[in-house]
Amino acid sequence: MCGIVGLLLKNGALNARLGELVTPMLASMSERGPDSAGLAVFAEQDQGEKFSLFAADSEFDWDALKHALDDEALVGKPGIVSQGRYARLTLDVEPDTLKHWLGEHFPMLHVLSAGHYIDIYKDAGHPAAIAERYGFTGLTGSHAIGHTRMATESAITPAHAHPFTAGEDFCLVHNGSLSNPYSIRRRLERRGIRFETDNDTEAACRFIEWRLGEGETLEDALEEGFSVLDGFYTLLMGTHDKLALVRDPFACKPAVVAETDDYVAIGSEYRALAHLPDVKNATLFEPKPEVIYSWNR
Amino acid sequence: MESLTQKGVDAQTFDLASTTVRELNQFLHHELDGPEYIEILNPDGQHSIAVGLDAPVTVDIHGHAGYFIAGMNKQASVTVHGNVGWSVGENIMSGSVLVKGNASECAGASGHGGLVVIEGDASSRCGISMKGCDIVVGGSVGHMSAFMAQAGHLVVCGDADHGLGDSLYEAVIYVRGEIHGLGADAQIEPMQESDYAKVAELLARAGFDHDPKTFKRVASARSLYHWNADHFQEY
Repeated sequence: MCGIVGLLLKNGALNARLGELVTPMLASMSERGPDSAGLAVFAEQDQGEKFSLFAADSEFDWDALKHALDDEALVGKPGIVSQGRYARLTLDVEPDTLKHWLGEHFPMLHVLSAGHYIDIYKDAGHPAAIAERYGFTGLTGSHAIGHTRMATESAITPAHAHPFTAGEDFCLVHNGSLSNPYSIRRRLERRGIRFETDNDTEAACRFIEWRLGEGETLEDALEEGFSVLDGFYTLLMGTHDKLALVRDPFACKPAVVAETDDYVAIGSEYRALAHLPDVKNATLFEPKPEVIYSWNR
Repeated sequence: MESLTQKGVDAQTFDLASTTVRELNQFLHHELDGPEYIEILNPDGQHSIAVGLDAPVTVDIHGHAGYFIAGMNKQASVTVHGNVGWSVGENIMSGSVLVKGNASECAGASGHGGLVVIEGDASSRCGISMKGCDIVVGGSVGHMSAFMAQAGHLVVCGDADHGLGDSLYEAVIYVRGEIHGLGADAQIEPMQESDYAKVAELLARAGFDHDPKTFKRVASARSLYHWNADHFQEY
């Protein structure tokens, strides 16, 4: 069992309240997933290349990273805003270049996300504690995707928490279990795609990102996913301008959608949506199996 | 079906914004004294509201509720004025459960007796493994409804998604709308006079006004009941 939540604001006036609205959604799913949690937040406009970083060492010195980047002749001026083990780095550099450089100089740092819109926060522990730790209620943006995890495969670590990401401005959360993640992984690795964990969801994330990288639309990639991904899944994905939702052919894992003129909200259960403004008058529906749902901001 | 509070009868009220489901259920299990009317406010998707009732009490839940609402119900009449999550009325023994909105998956699962009514749509696996209860759905049902249903009746006034009645035993399904696909061993059979009477009775009890003549009967072809020697006993 896991909990997934998503909120896309159609009414830009609500963007300042994104964190305030989505945090109770995440916290209410704690009973579905008490061992780790994460949140991806998409900014309302292009903010240049930025990276969410996570330090394996809780005492990590973020100033040391800034000084080292300042000294690096090949790259521009870095901006770092840190919060404990998390930091957002703004720097005009290719993600692969940064990852390679970090691997050499700061191997204790993990790049959680890269892109112009996305920030990802994830950690092990109770979802409410993680929300508190990283100040989720104060976050702003146009849409967000969250996950509370109850691990049924692979370890409980910050890296194994969702959302998973690949490429830029793309993230995916998963409720369920895949039965063929290793065969997907072997096929992708033969194409030079690298994995960072042994988590089953990462296979789905990298498969879909690979198809996007090949020029497919998210909808086409998901259509292919139905024939490639085997197992149980409700998948919720975010790109810089949309949310997308699919369920496996048996719809074994739950999801419910509430839509108003102001927002579309997705949760594993209605409990996650019950506090949202005017949800009592929302259009509520349960997504059908093997149907692709997507919403643009 | 009509809830008793709509008739103006005083009710004892529990507000789940300030009372826990556990406290409510403790009351329902241990402190009911004769027939009573219970109103429940602000369910807000919480689970297991009014489970395990065993008294001829009337319960009205105002709002959308979560999983397992009125599960294992015996004697009570429970009405949800909203939608419900998974497994409403699971293992119902007698009495009734009425949902004025939609129901998520597995409505009336494993029910032994009593009546489950969904006025809106029910999602997949509605009536899965039902063992004698009756379920009436005003709208449509999702895929694999009445999967392995053993006894009782599922009446669907709207459409049924694929896999309807997969691996049915002796339960009977009546569908008014379109059937998007039958499951293994399910077949459409001619309606008999007894079928028309049963549909009319269940529609009347559920409060729907449809002509029983517009329903089709789906039941087991019973080919899964027997060893198939053509398989050369490979299994």
